[in-house]
Amino acid sequence: MSKKIRNMTDSNLLLAITVIVFVLMYVGAIIFQGKGFTKPQTFFNILNANAGLIILACAESLVMITGGIDISVGGMTALVSMSCAVYLDYHNGNVPVSMLIALLIGLAYGLVQGYLVAYLDIQPFIVSLAGMFFARGMTTIVNSDPFNVANESFVALKLARINVPGMGSVNKKGVYVNAYVEIGVIVALLVVILMFMMLRWTKLGRSFYAVGGNRQSALMLGINVKRTKFLSHLICSVLAGIGGYVYFLHVGSGAVTNGQGAEMNAIASSIIGGTMLTGGVGNIIGTLIGVLSLATIQNIVATAGLGEAWWTGITIAGMLCVFLVIQSVLMARKKKLMKK
Amino acid sequence: MSQKGSKGSIQDLFGKLVRKQIFIPIAALFFLLLFNLIFDPGFFVITLGTNSAGDPVLSGNLITVINMGSELAILAIGMTFVTAASGGQDISVGAAIAIAGSTLLRVLCGTNTRPAVGELRTSILVAFIISCLVAMAFGAFNGMLVAIFKIQPMVATLILYTAGRSIAAWINNNELPIISDPEFGYFGGFIPGIPVPTPVFIAVACMIVAGLVLKFTNLGLYSQAVGINESSSRLNGLNPVFIKWLTFVILGLCVAVAALIKVSRLSSINYSVIAKDIEMDAILAVALGGNALSGGKFNLWASIVGAYVIQLLTTTLFKYEVPSDALPAYKAVVVIILVVFSAPTVREKIGNLKKKTVKREVA
Repeated sequence: MSKKIRNMTDSNLLLAITVIVFVLMYVGAIIFQGKGFTKPQTFFNILNANAGLIILACAESLVMITGGIDISVGGMTALVSMSCAVYLDYHNGNVPVSMLIALLIGLAYGLVQGYLVAYLDIQPFIVSLAGMFFARGMTTIVNSDPFNVANESFVALKLARINVPGMGSVNKKGVYVNAYVEIGVIVALLVVILMFMMLRWTKLGRSFYAVGGNRQSALMLGINVKRTKFLSHLICSVLAGIGGYVYFLHVGSGAVTNGQGAEMNAIASSIIGGTMLTGGVGNIIGTLIGVLSLATIQNIVATAGLGEAWWTGITIAGMLCVFLVIQSVLMARKKKLMKK
Repeated sequence: MSQKGSKGSIQDLFGKLVRKQIFIPIAALFFLLLFNLIFDPGFFVITLGTNSAGDPVLSGNLITVINMGSELAILAIGMTFVTAASGGQDISVGAAIAIAGSTLLRVLCGTNTRPAVGELRTSILVAFIISCLVAMAFGAFNGMLVAIFKIQPMVATLILYTAGRSIAAWINNNELPIISDPEFGYFGGFIPGIPVPTPVFIAVACMIVAGLVLKFTNLGLYSQAVGINESSSRLNGLNPVFIKWLTFVILGLCVAVAALIKVSRLSSINYSVIAKDIEMDAILAVALGGNALSGGKFNLWASIVGAYVIQLLTTTLFKYEVPSDALPAYKAVVVIILVVFSAPTVREKIGNLKKKTVKREVA
């Protein structure tokens, strides 16, 4: 057994830890919190509420695997949702065009940030910091008052529910209620699957790992390092645009405070999911579980009668701390092995 | 040399000046002042009035800049050291200010959230020392993660960034104490009889202390050495782990001082709003000062000038009635322009361009 663990790659080990922690947490929640968590709908609600965050976290993981970081995704969520909300409500827009707006914002962001990071060699943290500032500021310039979108076709899309067969439960009145997910969840799962396949089986996907792992040797392997970095930021921002729209679809309102702290949640989920900050190590499935762990903690805190809002922040930070220390210990172990 | 003439020497002098690191923030400062001078000379008017207590106070936009910029300048001192030694930045200073401020109020008020005048539990000095210790402890925690566990500073401080404001609320049981003692307001306002705002004096005192530390200790040299090359500084007998850790503790101290000013300005605290986004401004100040954000050589005074440039920019934008929520968009544009021009590849290209034109002139 111990030999098996020793032979595990860092990526698998981190993923295994994450999965174990998540399962333990969910089982613990079922045991100590009682019925709520046994209903499948509780789990689906977590998915519904965090579909946007899942996409943002996938985007973040991609950049982190390539060795960068992007803290503008939260600001982009606000910008996308506000722009689309204003377009839909004040200009009587239609839904497909609003989706196009979200994609275009993502594309524009990706082109600029990717160029600055990859070709001008500016630190990704600073570039995306400016990106975050810009997005938050622009959101206020577009419109500063929060409002709910009343556009009919949008509301219809927002309320669209996809029933999950066999997962329903009987409510207090004795009526069978179908379990459901929102459209955003389908999009999020599609993104997870596509990203997983891309990172695992395509040449481009492997080159992200190569560049993040060791830039110099990636260069010697004949990988176009600059282009790979550029593409990672481009895909990240486009995904952030999609994630922003999914988030918007869930909340159904445009507000400056939309996606507040989403960048930190996305980074935290990626780290908890086993993506290494130093680059080169990471797994999209882990990221998905990272988001779910984060959301489960929030749910547990909310239902545990720890009404005080501060517990959420403190527990997430504690979890982040533990996972970061594990990563750091792993890195130290790896270095020792390399020396031998 | 003599053939060059006076024109050449002036060019030389100018070239030397441009190459100085502190030139960038000072140029930005002059540019902003010039902008204000052209579009509204009224910006520079300083008036001597009296405040509600009947004491003489100075007021005017320039006074606002040096008053409100104090916290940022103090934080810039600590952030410069952290940047130089660890090659990363602390993004938890805003949350740490909330913690230090909350501690300060908790020690002063106890469980009574509305103490009457003269009913404070301890003297302000004692409370300040305790809040300093708490802030330094949190700095030490960040420093431990960075120095011992070798986690990237921005990510290590992400932990405190996420938890900080929650911890601050927890310290005071989510109550918002209000202190009515006028003495407590002196640190963020005016001392009766002195027309200059107190934060200015506090900031100057911090700068003097920082200057003395740089002059009489090797801290500056050591943190640069660690930032430039950690392994070679270890081979030279330095202790990189301790020095990195120490810079975070120093930043903690700066945070406590800034928190005193911030809390004193309101005589109260709002956990989610106090010092919001100040970490970004502090990092920006360091970057504006021309310091490499990847660590190594630094110029403390350039960072401090950078801090005041940011405050000047904020005040100028406020003057043109830009809503405070839209400010970040303008700041972002400034940041991007700055980093693009200070990026090594761009500098190289500009340098090549200059050489080409010179060659053409020669030909």
